Amino acid sequence: MKQPQTSRRSFLALAALAPFAAAVTSACGTSGPGASSGGGASMWYLSGEPNQTTMQKAVDAFSSANPDNKIAATYFQNDAYKTKIKTAIGAGQAPTIIYGWGGGTLKTYAEANQVEDLTSWFGENPDLKNKFFPAAFGAATVNGKIYAVPNQYVAPIVLFYNKELFEKAGAQPPKTWDDVMSLVKTFNDMGVAPFSLGGQSRWTSMMWLEYLLDRIGGAEVFTAIFEGKPNAWMDPAVIETGTKIQELVSADGFIKGFSSIAADSNADQALLFTGKAAMMLHGSWTYGAMKKGGQNFVQDGKLGFIPFPTISGGKGDPKNAVGNPAAYMSISSKATDKEKETAKKFLKDGILTDTVIDTYINSGSVPIVNGIEDKLDTSPDKDFLNFVYDLAKNAPNFQQSWDQALSPTAAEALLNNIDQLFLKSITPQQFAENMNATLGK
Amino acid sequence: MSNTVSTAPKTEAAARTATAKGGQRDKALAWLTAPALFFFVAFAVVPLAGVLILSFASWDGIGAIGSAGLGNWFSVLADPGLYNALGLTFLIMIASWLVQTPISLLLGVFTAGSQRYRAALAVLYFLPLLLSSAAVAIAFKALLDPNFGLATGLGLPFLAQDWLGVPHLAVGLVIFVIAWQFVPFHTLIYQGGVRQIPKSLYEAAEIDGAGTIKQFFHITLPQLKYTIITSSTLMVVGSLTYFDLIFVLTGGGPGNSTRILALDMYLRGFRANLMGPASVIAVILVLIGLALALFLQRLGGKDKQGSQLEGM
Repeated sequence: MKQPQTSRRSFLALAALAPFAAAVTSACGTSGPGASSGGGASMWYLSGEPNQTTMQKAVDAFSSANPDNKIAATYFQNDAYKTKIKTAIGAGQAPTIIYGWGGGTLKTYAEANQVEDLTSWFGENPDLKNKFFPAAFGAATVNGKIYAVPNQYVAPIVLFYNKELFEKAGAQPPKTWDDVMSLVKTFNDMGVAPFSLGGQSRWTSMMWLEYLLDRIGGAEVFTAIFEGKPNAWMDPAVIETGTKIQELVSADGFIKGFSSIAADSNADQALLFTGKAAMMLHGSWTYGAMKKGGQNFVQDGKLGFIPFPTISGGKGDPKNAVGNPAAYMSISSKATDKEKETAKKFLKDGILTDTVIDTYINSGSVPIVNGIEDKLDTSPDKDFLNFVYDLAKNAPNFQQSWDQALSPTAAEALLNNIDQLFLKSITPQQFAENMNATLGK
Repeated sequence: MSNTVSTAPKTEAAARTATAKGGQRDKALAWLTAPALFFFVAFAVVPLAGVLILSFASWDGIGAIGSAGLGNWFSVLADPGLYNALGLTFLIMIASWLVQTPISLLLGVFTAGSQRYRAALAVLYFLPLLLSSAAVAIAFKALLDPNFGLATGLGLPFLAQDWLGVPHLAVGLVIFVIAWQFVPFHTLIYQGGVRQIPKSLYEAAEIDGAGTIKQFFHITLPQLKYTIITSSTLMVVGSLTYFDLIFVLTGGGPGNSTRILALDMYLRGFRANLMGPASVIAVILVLIGLALALFLQRLGGKDKQGSQLEGM
């Protein structure tokens, strides 16, 4: 075969030109998804029902009422969205309206000046500020300034149980931790898993730690962690929490194979409504999904719900709740003034309209707006809705889920360590030490 | 490279003909590589340089980029998580090679035959090749679910293990699913390799009275030397980038038991917002990949350099 030799000089000439060409092509991508023509604004939101349809209807209604200020919505899957929005903001290509969960991630955005400070706008619109539950603003506030508009519904974590299985066992739902441990034995003897858990998702296991730490040590322990106080994770309450969890795991409290069950596929809910597990600690949002997917389990009144049990000797207020106070929407500071105006108008008039509020209530959720008691009372799901409403409203402290309250760096370390704690591959002491190393990160 | 010296006599003749026709053609041919070179620089060299720079920076992916000096390197190299990920990456790499090579080699030799039923079987074998890694992972996850999976559906209690929830079972399962997905691809490579072997070699062997097994070890296997090296290179370097399958199947869990290097990089960078340390891992991955690729090239010997790298 005859192969001509390339001269070194021509090769180098090409190599020298290539970065120049690369620079030219990379300069082409200046108009990202965030840039929209005219006075419209772009918005990224989560796909999945019933929220996607509800939001699209709200967008359509707003856009037809404001033909010059349309909203263009794009929908993404939950986990994919979390990565995509971060990357887009980092690259300066964010949509006008940024959907999020507040807390630590919002703090990262605010400190990088990527989202608008809405404090003065809320000051000019007191009606808007008074429309929402006051508790909803906590996770929207960074260093005393409000960076996001609360929306959607309040979603505390509650203890669900299968009434049928409790009747069969002749047992009462647990009021204290001792009840929990004795029920574990009762149900294991019956051949039913005491608790369902989608442990592969890790945030599902985290919900247990949130409530246990709150009941054992009180709200102050996590507040100290959140504020990054030195050695905050080394509090004895953290170690006791870890010990209780490992006791529950050792007693076969969770369904066999829990660490390979993912919550995304709703397999953990299915375990509860198919009678394979007696109880499940989960967000109130699973009510709607079980109502839809669990044949007539919810409709026939077989689903029970109670607050998290108390722990004897614990310092925490048994009325405290944890979960998601709301979802949030921020405005990108990189958007044009016109886009920002449209976005503000939409956030003020377009979302949580009466229609949207009714849709949420019909799907078994409690919207975060004041003065909906009458509407909740007329719903077929009024028992559950009132339970959630009272739990959220009467809680002296409503702790936002840790993975959202903490910075993304600390949150990822937390989820990883919780996974290992549940697998018993680390001790409660090691858990506390590992987490202590993340303080201030 | 040092090998150019040894290949010089072989290419001398080629070079002489080229000079005889003049340097003009050389230049024209050199410019033909421009598009490939452009894309290589734009999409490989430039990002690589960017990653190298980022490995010395502190960046959360959103705010301003600051300098971190050697801080990222020290913190990553002191992190036991890195060695766990490295160990797992090599474990999965070696196990994948050991499982996949014999299976795909034998399947490749088998499907290279000419009977009609083999063609039909070959189509079946190649089916997994058509599925995306994410689809494969989701399917296996559903089949292996300890409560709603295949085992309970078919009433086979011995299959109802917590496959993805026990660390050593999860690693084994990952190796199995990777093999299930990639054996067809390597079978295809070996099938092609076997079909290249001249028939006359086998005819001669048969006249000398060699049986099928002797033929396999004395003709097929030696003739497939370069095919084995190619397939192994793809397997070994490819195993460094297994990501999607493990990400969907286990997410690195339970605990850190399947958190291989590529996944560790993603989780650090995009979940924990630690772009600097993630870039350190990316650089380590590139270095390991380069070292392995060079090592496998050397395995082929100088012979290989002469015949396959001609024209470089």
